[in-house]
Amino acid sequence: MAIQGARYAERRDEDLARGRARTSFRPPERSEWSKRVLEPQRLAVGLGWFSIGLGLAEVVAPRQLAKLIGAPQRIGVIRAFGLREIASGVGILATLPRPVIATWSRVAGDVLDLAALGMAFRSRRADPERLAAATAAVVGATVADVYCSLRLTRGVGAAGDGRAVRVAKTIAINRSPEEVYRLWRNFENLPRFMRHLESVQVTGPNRSRWVAKGPAGASVEWDAEITDDQANQLIAWRSLPGADVDNSGVVRFERAPGGRGTVVRVEMQYAPPAGVVGATLAKLANEEPGQQVMDDLRRLKQVLETGEIARNDGPSARVADKVAARGKR
Amino acid sequence: MKANCYFDKTDVRVEEVPDPTIVNPRDAIVKVTLAAICGSDLHLYNGLVPTMMKGDILGHEFMGEVVEVGSAVKNLRAGDRVVVPFPISCGSCFFCERKLFSLCENTNPNAWMAEKMWGYSPAGVYGYSHMLGGYAGGQAEYVRVPFADVGPLKIPPGLSDEQVLFLGDIYPTGYMAAENCSIQPGDTVAVWGCGPVGQFAIKSAAMLGAERVIGIDRVPERLRMARERSGAEVLDYEEVDIYEALKDMTAGRGPDACIDAVGMEAHAPGVVGAYDAVKQTMMLESDRPHALRQAIMACRNGGTVSVAGVYGGFIDKVPFGSFMNRSLTLKTGQTHVHRYLRPLLERIEKNEIDPSFVITHRMRLDEAPDGFEIFKHKEDECIKVVLRP
Repeated sequence: MAIQGARYAERRDEDLARGRARTSFRPPERSEWSKRVLEPQRLAVGLGWFSIGLGLAEVVAPRQLAKLIGAPQRIGVIRAFGLREIASGVGILATLPRPVIATWSRVAGDVLDLAALGMAFRSRRADPERLAAATAAVVGATVADVYCSLRLTRGVGAAGDGRAVRVAKTIAINRSPEEVYRLWRNFENLPRFMRHLESVQVTGPNRSRWVAKGPAGASVEWDAEITDDQANQLIAWRSLPGADVDNSGVVRFERAPGGRGTVVRVEMQYAPPAGVVGATLAKLANEEPGQQVMDDLRRLKQVLETGEIARNDGPSARVADKVAARGKR
Repeated sequence: MKANCYFDKTDVRVEEVPDPTIVNPRDAIVKVTLAAICGSDLHLYNGLVPTMMKGDILGHEFMGEVVEVGSAVKNLRAGDRVVVPFPISCGSCFFCERKLFSLCENTNPNAWMAEKMWGYSPAGVYGYSHMLGGYAGGQAEYVRVPFADVGPLKIPPGLSDEQVLFLGDIYPTGYMAAENCSIQPGDTVAVWGCGPVGQFAIKSAAMLGAERVIGIDRVPERLRMARERSGAEVLDYEEVDIYEALKDMTAGRGPDACIDAVGMEAHAPGVVGAYDAVKQTMMLESDRPHALRQAIMACRNGGTVSVAGVYGGFIDKVPFGSFMNRSLTLKTGQTHVHRYLRPLLERIEKNEIDPSFVITHRMRLDEAPDGFEIFKHKEDECIKVVLRP
């Protein structure tokens, strides 16, 4: 088993290398030191701990803190701001390695901080010099937060830099690899079981044009080319430059032992249309990509094994039904 | 058409809903002539099954007349009288090929929900939550039957609806529970629960060659039915210590096989985070897996515990040390009904059994909400309710 596993991992790496989409994002050369500090994950960790530290200070010692920054002693407000800081910090550390939402929450917090400091300048109890120093510090933090958030957001959005959404799913189909390969290789069949595809049109020996439903009803399109095609075994593809959604992947058809049909393995990666924010929103809307691919594979299995796709459409005594709608997706 | 719909915990109503239509080529539409309320419907009624939605049509025990078939259904015609198995099975996947029909891989469009709860998904089931497919059930005037070329059993003339209705669920369920006991000559089988499934388990155990069958319950009319109609010796667990009584009846060794036909309502509202919710439920209902615990403790060394009762989630304090150290075998599963349809129909045709003996209440579909109440509270000596649309 161990040997088989190692062989599988090796093969998969080869395939991923073969099927990898073009790299559209490449960070410029930098010195070793600045690379390490400006590396967004690392920066995020630093900002996360800074948030927690500052938040604790605000909660535990609001009076002293107010004095330090020359602001009026609004204890309740400072404590609330402290809780917000702690939440952002914990959020960052809990959602590593891609704490995009949490780092953006720090940016929002910075805006609140700056607004509060702006108000404080008008207070008669304020110390303008100290306030100015505090404001400068917050502006510095804001710059770091915006930089970090943008890097994280953009980084995840670019396919091929290792931070695209990756999905790997597998299913057993009680049909021969020849039969499964044949159905898949005729790409125009795919929209039948892939719910998000609207159409696939073969435009050349290795080229095809894909149209899919994107987020919020928008249509996304791309041209793709086959990068490897081994009859009854494997199909690898990648999108061509100009794609709405950069994507690449490989689907493998392996004969299952003991006459148990075919093991289908899909490994793919894509850049979600609205970056990681879009991917997170999709997840919240119960459109998790791994689940989508799994449901697509299940429908492929149904088509091949039963000739139809299981549907639960039927009467009920209700008008709107979220769960059933999802089932029918 | 009219259909009995789930609205909320202990709130079911007969409502006017749209008629079902053919959706896929292998579908049929069946005009229901007789349906039943199952003990497992009471889990839904008690609000203990997650992913039930307001308006869902209930019912997984039904039969009727085919009125329309899809283009790929060649074995049925309009006018055929059929009994429909409660699990929906495609007939061609890994599990169907192995006759494990209730584990069909292709009939649950909401398999992801079941996977979150149970790891993997079983087959879709009529009218039994969205986690098990979200299919409309058969407590209605009409029902859509997917994979109609695989499931429905044609009923020959000469047998009444009441005689054959239970082929769709509870008779095979009791039968499979007994079959799972691998009964040998001279065996004693103890059956916890003398509801309809328990009655069929008792009868089937005797048919499969058990020397003695012992029924355990506390409801007088159910014990009476087990004794008089199913031929069991009976024990009332409120009157005797079951472990001691069984030990005494089996020469100090214990029954060779124990059937749990009670089950437990270990369900949680919601799929995500079900684990904690289930734990909470368990704290409220810590005595619910009592039959299973007792069946394990009472079973003889090397014997079989066969579970026919429905379990939903997690159970607490099961005596697994007893189970492991005494080489017990556990057999269970939702019934692979399709396997049993023909053999059990033959037994009915040969007059070896008339399953209608469990029916105590005959009601109109309109009266379904009353039927649920009466059945739930075992009022009026209720054991089994059938509904006629």
